[in-house]
Amino acid sequence: MTIGTIKELLEAQVICGEDRLDAEVHSACGSDMMSDVLAYVKDQAVLLTGLVNSQVIRTAEMMDMVCLVFVRGKKPTQEMIDLAAESGMAILATDMRLYEACGKLYMNGLVGNGRKL
Amino acid sequence: MSESLTFHFDVDGEDFTSAGQASVQVKKNLRRLGISPEIIRQVSIAMYEGEINMVIHAGGGTADVIVSEDKIEIILADKGPGIADVNLAMQEGYSTATDQVRSLGFGAGMGLPNMKRYTDEMIIDSVVGEGTTIRMVVNL
Repeated sequence: MTIGTIKELLEAQVICGEDRLDAEVHSACGSDMMSDVLAYVKDQAVLLTGLVNSQVIRTAEMMDMVCLVFVRGKKPTQEMIDLAAESGMAILATDMRLYEACGKLYMNGLVGNGRKL
Repeated sequence: MSESLTFHFDVDGEDFTSAGQASVQVKKNLRRLGISPEIIRQVSIAMYEGEINMVIHAGGGTADVIVSEDKIEIILADKGPGIADVNLAMQEGYSTATDQVRSLGFGAGMGLPNMKRYTDEMIIDSVVGEGTTIRMVVNL
């Protein structure tokens, strides 16, 4: 799935990384707890979260993620956008809830942690 | 690489927003040295968790990353309150973090176990009232 497809499926707004929409991603995860992302996530390229602070960007960066999706209408600060742009990450924002957003992506083939649909 | 390379950082304990800056820098430095992505990820996650811990619990400290031919060492030192029961602190889910820290997405009691999980060796040297030094090793 491309980041562009995620944008369409989640009716999301592109906050930064417009040039990354063609990038392919193969798995995703959703969490508001960065400790858990650092503990349980492996090779997921997309993080969906409703948590808004700079550590979300740093956590994603540590995990080599390429796309962040803020759910529940949350918007990142300019500082966060700058951090993400610096590391080449795309940021999307959707009004959907975390469960709904993850469900839409999963139903369309974007799996988590290596497990097949 | 015949000689070792050391990167030193002061970790600011006042500002949660800037926590993790040293880890991001280490990640960049290791990439430049041509270290494999999987090793870089191990080192940077372990160091990031340690940095967050130093900011949350100890009011900051210092971080040294020493890259040698066969290993990468991460030494995190602080003058914080120390860890009273290291075995308890190593249990997944055990945390003394405040609700405020949890609301920022941390304090799930995964920090120290995670640091151990991502490294080949971890030694915690802590004295209550004096501080904590953690030495981690990732073999190359």
